Amino acid sequence: MNELVFFINKVMISGAVIGAIYAMGAIGITLVFSILRFAHFAHGDLMTTGAFLTFFLTAMFPAAGPAIGLPTAFVMLPIAMVITSLLAVSIDKAFYKPLREHNVKPIVIVMASIGVTFMLQGLVRLFFGTGSRNLYIDDRKEIFRLDLPFELASRKLVITEPQILLFVFMIIAVVALHLFLTKSRLGKAMRAMSDNADLARVSGINVNTVVIVTWVIAGSLATAAGTLLSLDVALKPDLSFNILLPIFAAAIVGGVGHVYGAVIGGFVVGFAESLAVFNWAILLRPMAEKWGWDLPANLALVPTEYKITVPFFILIAILVMRPTGILKGKVL
Amino acid sequence: MFANYKREVILFSGLFLLIMLVMTFMGAAYSTRMLVEAACYAIIALGLTIQWGYAGLFNAGIMGFIALGGFITMLFSFPVNEDFWASGHASDLGSVFFKLVLGIALIWGSIKLTRFGVAQKWQRLITLILIGAVYITFMASLDPVANAIEKDVGFIGGFGLPVWLGWLVGGVAAGAISYGIGHICLGLRSDYLAIATLGIAEIIKAFLKNADWLTHGTLTVSPLPWPTPGPSDLGFIMARALYLSLTAAMIAIIFFLLTRAYNAPWGRMLRAIRDNETSSLAMGKNVNGRRLEVFIFGSFLMGVGGAVLTTFNGIFDPSGYIPLNHTFLIWVMVILGGAGNNLGTLFGAVFVYIIWTMSEPVALWVFDVVRHLGESWFDWQAPGDLDSRALQARVFVIGLTITLVLRYAPKGVIPERIVHHT
Repeated sequence: MNELVFFINKVMISGAVIGAIYAMGAIGITLVFSILRFAHFAHGDLMTTGAFLTFFLTAMFPAAGPAIGLPTAFVMLPIAMVITSLLAVSIDKAFYKPLREHNVKPIVIVMASIGVTFMLQGLVRLFFGTGSRNLYIDDRKEIFRLDLPFELASRKLVITEPQILLFVFMIIAVVALHLFLTKSRLGKAMRAMSDNADLARVSGINVNTVVIVTWVIAGSLATAAGTLLSLDVALKPDLSFNILLPIFAAAIVGGVGHVYGAVIGGFVVGFAESLAVFNWAILLRPMAEKWGWDLPANLALVPTEYKITVPFFILIAILVMRPTGILKGKVL
Repeated sequence: MFANYKREVILFSGLFLLIMLVMTFMGAAYSTRMLVEAACYAIIALGLTIQWGYAGLFNAGIMGFIALGGFITMLFSFPVNEDFWASGHASDLGSVFFKLVLGIALIWGSIKLTRFGVAQKWQRLITLILIGAVYITFMASLDPVANAIEKDVGFIGGFGLPVWLGWLVGGVAAGAISYGIGHICLGLRSDYLAIATLGIAEIIKAFLKNADWLTHGTLTVSPLPWPTPGPSDLGFIMARALYLSLTAAMIAIIFFLLTRAYNAPWGRMLRAIRDNETSSLAMGKNVNGRRLEVFIFGSFLMGVGGAVLTTFNGIFDPSGYIPLNHTFLIWVMVILGGAGNNLGTLFGAVFVYIIWTMSEPVALWVFDVVRHLGESWFDWQAPGDLDSRALQARVFVIGLTITLVLRYAPKGVIPERIVHHT
């Protein structure tokens, strides 16, 4: 029984946490991909930048959180989201829009986004250094250890405060985004843009507004994902290329252009990662003792060092077998 | 004749002056080292210019091909580890790989099952189960052998073969990997290729870093033998100059062949595909076939360049390969110099590499000045890791350069010359 609780702690909870982070990143990627039609490589660094902005605000007003009873970083998150959205919009104005207006190939904009990646990376590391930081400055991370009502389970279910905040935030964000995209005029305009940009333009949709809203959503969710991830583990400036592959895989698995698809993709990739690196020997040990099997000490499908291969092979598999993704997205 | 090439002549004269300036200030030993490294980067950049400039393929995983080339040349040229071959591990390892080959043969056979009247649905299922079984068996049998090798003899060592063979095989290995990637991704939009190559580069690096039994991992392998007499025989300057002439000869050969290929029907077909894919398809050209060819050739050059670079550095350190230095710096070289123009790429490679190396002391100096001014004027307490932050400022400059070049000089300083073959 203890082994099962360990499995839940190690795989179900951590897989759901990382899946939710990937999902929030993938929503941004999928929106930019379907509306602006390029793969936004700077998304990982947008997350880092947002998280560091939160860190900066938290360091400025460390007393704000305890007054409400939430982590200060979480209280500061909305402000950081606004600032990052403004940043994302101005990056678009300065670097992507001129290229779009020149009618360059989309791949050139991808390259420009790599340039933006390095600019953000350089700036973050210039101002905050290369070391890792803790987002809890004046407050402490609360960890809940839940007793299970079974007799055999002496091990406790562990969940932390930022993890709960993450799930709550993600559910609210996804539902709100869904309502926005299906019910509001602007959301419908965005979907029209993603289905057929030229047709949307001639039918009087203001392209500029749609682009700005896209960046606001992408920037806010990236900030939230970066901050909530750093709340759960630690704030490090090296997210960029490591997180890019899983979130692209998530967006493509879900189907480019689908918000729910991105969420499904994020959880698929997150659970696949944590299932692949989980040491199955732990779960099988009680059975092995019972039946007298000979178990090796480590039965992980993929060694932890090779975690990055999991999203890669998911990506390759989906590109070979079903390039449209689970929800029949676009193949651009 | 030079009237047409005024821009090239001016730029290369400027480059020559820059090299002379570096020579004067930094000494001959330093500058020859810099030039050899620039030459290695030039080989890699030529590989990228045929992928991006000739065919418009976005390769974001150059680092992986460089690291692979470096690893293969280490494996081939490093002296034989007698302990390993004398121990029983060699035959153990051999049997593990024999099992792997057997497994791959089985998988391949199962793919062909459809010819014997097996429905495709079942063939796919059988193949998937076989892949899983072979993978698990291989991992389970490799693990103890790998651990034993690491414990007893460190790593398997090299083969002690000539260096040039390692360079060649390094290129071939890079080409083989790119065949696999290209086969899957070239039919899709170019963004997917970028993502996939980014991933494969990280995977190659993770493998080289963690497969200690094969690569010595983070413990690094040195010194790698040179194909030319080393510094101990000739002194630093002469040895490096000799190595430089070797790389220069390689560049000359590659340059000549690439220029021939560019002007040949093959190169013109590539440009047609790049500039208008639809009409090339209508002309009956095999678009994906040509793209696959050029992707493999480019990766081959990257592998060779990486091998030459690693051999010159004399040390194989898998953690030393980083995306910024080994992927995107090369992108800057190619787009700044002029994608699709071999001369421009050559100029870009040497120029950007010199600026990049020189920017390190410059950035440190600038930040030192800032620290002094800040301390004396504003009582500013400089953070302790200011030097490492100063180097990060260069990352920002690289990013800014990429975006500005794309915006204001998308064709580079020496744009591609469209020759009209009449």
